[in-house]
Amino acid sequence: MNNYELMVIFTPVLSEEDFKSAQKKYQDLIKENGGDTVASNPWGLKSLAYPIDKKTTGIYWILEFTGPATINEKLKIQFLRDEQIMRHMITKLDKYAVEYNHIKRNGGFPVHKAVEA
Amino acid sequence: MAKNEIKYLTAIKQEKPKKKFCRFKKYGIKYVDYKDIEFLKKFVNEQGKMLPRRLSGNSLKYQRKVADAVKKARQMSLLPYVTDLFK
Repeated sequence: MNNYELMVIFTPVLSEEDFKSAQKKYQDLIKENGGDTVASNPWGLKSLAYPIDKKTTGIYWILEFTGPATINEKLKIQFLRDEQIMRHMITKLDKYAVEYNHIKRNGGFPVHKAVEA
Repeated sequence: MAKNEIKYLTAIKQEKPKKKFCRFKKYGIKYVDYKDIEFLKKFVNEQGKMLPRRLSGNSLKYQRKVADAVKKARQMSLLPYVTDLFK
């Protein structure tokens, strides 16, 4: 059971409930394939650093989940098939990354990027 | 004073360059998050290009992690590939 982090950029034209239903769809997909979601963090509409498919804004969504290694291939097929998704990226999290995300979620670092008191 | 009159072959370094240190070792940071743009901007120059180790002062292990994070941020268009004066 590895830890993964998924970042997805949806087309900006997506409505709010479509966005929610897409999130739910993929979280259920992960559950079906024997994984479970640790945290979901939708950033919402954000301007892109460079235009993708002629669009300069996108809806970001970050999902941290755990699952067997075989889960990513299935997810990738779904992402490529879904035309609402402009870009996606799944990164493997090592133990420092998991710890970092955990701290970031509950309370954050005592002093940002400085010597921990 | 007398010292200035002496012409040196190479210019004397006026101020001693401050000792560079690897901020990851010093502050005990273990993971470079590709989503943390403010932190990554410290390792990227105005054109959006990555700073070399001699300027960023990182040790090899963490410079690679920073490079990996910057490339991921660029892929997800959080950081531009090339731009001008975006800082």
